Amino acid sequence: MIKIVHMHVNGTDVELGVDEGESLTDTLRNRLGLTSVKKGCEAGECGACTILLDGKSVNSCIYLTVWADGHTILTVEGLQRNPGELHPVQQAFVDEAAVQCGFCTPGLIMTGVEIANSGETYTREELRELISGHLCRCTGYENILNALEKVVGKK
Amino acid sequence: MYDIRKTYSASSVSEALRLLLENDGATIISGGTDVMIRLKERKLKQAVLISIANITELKGIAVRENGDIAIGAGTTFDEIYRSEIIRECVPALAFAANQVGSPQIRHVATIGGNICNGAVSADGVPVLLAYDSCLEIAGVSGIRTQTLSGFHTGPGKVNLDQSSELLTTIVIPRAEYEGYFAAYYKFGQRNAMEIATLGCAVCLRLSADKKSIDELRIAVSVAAPTPLRCRKTEARLRGAPLTNQTIAALRKGVLSEVQPRDSWRASRQLRLQLAKELSERAFRQALETAGGEIV
Ligand SMILES: Cc1cc2nc3c(=O)[nH]c(=O)nc-3n(C[C@H](O)[C@H](O)[C@H](O)COP(=O)(O)OP(=O)(O)OC[C@H]3O[C@@H](n4cnc5c(N)ncnc54)[C@H](O)[C@@H]3O)c2cc1C
Ligand code: FES
Ligand code: FES
Repeated sequence: MIKIVHMHVNGTDVELGVDEGESLTDTLRNRLGLTSVKKGCEAGECGACTILLDGKSVNSCIYLTVWADGHTILTVEGLQRNPGELHPVQQAFVDEAAVQCGFCTPGLIMTGVEIANSGETYTREELRELISGHLCRCTGYENILNALEKVVGKK
Repeated sequence: MYDIRKTYSASSVSEALRLLLENDGATIISGGTDVMIRLKERKLKQAVLISIANITELKGIAVRENGDIAIGAGTTFDEIYRSEIIRECVPALAFAANQVGSPQIRHVATIGGNICNGAVSADGVPVLLAYDSCLEIAGVSGIRTQTLSGFHTGPGKVNLDQSSELLTTIVIPRAEYEGYFAAYYKFGQRNAMEIATLGCAVCLRLSADKKSIDELRIAVSVAAPTPLRCRKTEARLRGAPLTNQTIAALRKGVLSEVQPRDSWRASRQLRLQLAKELSERAFRQALETAGGEIV
């Protein structure tokens, strides 16, 4: 059945009719064109679909859109401030060559934004634990950790 | 698209119970991290889901007037991990909460879902068993209380009438945590995002002179069809001195009480070895935090 949901997505209020069985991944990609949200495992394992829901990282693949009614969502598309200017987490990923094929990158960026927003510093080991909900098949994680260390500062 | 016929969102426990009675075969869903996987694997079809995620009375952690710790069934593992009350009174539970899945999973997965799902590998269960926790379950005729020990009746099976009952609160009685020290060890194939191959929680209280065991509880997961308390070993070691012989007796005792099986994840032999090893490690760690020393 179709249900009407209201969400605050990347700074804009949206009203949508969605199927009750629709995942938040599908709504963001197919109805709102936010294709930074990737479909990997679709089982909560790989983190490619990670978005921030009320500021917290969530696997949107195992989250129903109807549950997001009344909530705030942030995806990579919502990070751009001025045209051509990257968010510090994105810039750090570029500077540290933390991107290879790029499939895992949007999800990791969102977790990176959550980490940066916490305002705390972390050890490399703690950062490793904080990104444990993401799988990257290319980089071996070291450059990703370098990028995150650059953003949040070393403990 | 998930195979969902209808979704409801309850705003109170009584509304959730009413919706359960009105909708034959409906499924309660909290964080959904188990139910959504079941839907994906088509083990659940044409689902009618009753979400309890918006019920505020099911959320949060409080110390009751009598000193008991009450954890709402809808509290997430992230909230448990961050809770000052949990860190101060039952720190082993904060540690165990942080062993679940990934940060993303812990933001939505709830302790109530972990218990009610009935998985023998649930990370939230061994520590709560070792603290002798109680469950408060709401049904049409009011609230009933039962111990967590005995709640699991088989693999994926719990003593809950899914058509009319709701777990509301997990209670750690003051008498069961005050003066106790606990530790949890989980073995998985990787450090994160891994279902336990075996888990063990030990909770103990030392004698006043800290030279012997006053009370001991051992809980093991994935070592039998349900999470298990090793009651014979607990009884045998009550009053035992803090010696290497006691640790040897602990290892031997746990080994005699577990009955793990072979699975694709690990062999029975590995699990037997892990039961001995993890119970010793958890015991030693609990002992250390209690300020006891092996002599
Ligand atoms: C990628 C991934 C990794 C995971 N890793 C781990 C791990 O490391 N350790 C671990 O223990 N688990 C793990 N899990 C399993 C799962 O996340 C946990 O069991 C979680 O605690 C379930 O809680 P939930 O709120 O999401 O449950 P839900 O899926 O909402 O519900 C689970 C079951 O409990 C019932 N239920 C929920 N709440 C209540 C209630 N209050 N009263 C009555 N019935 C209720 C539901 O009807 C359902 O049958 C993982 C899952 C995923 C997808
Ligand atoms: S696609 Fe959501 S976690 Fe893999
Ligand atoms: S860059 Fe290819 S998966 Fe991470």
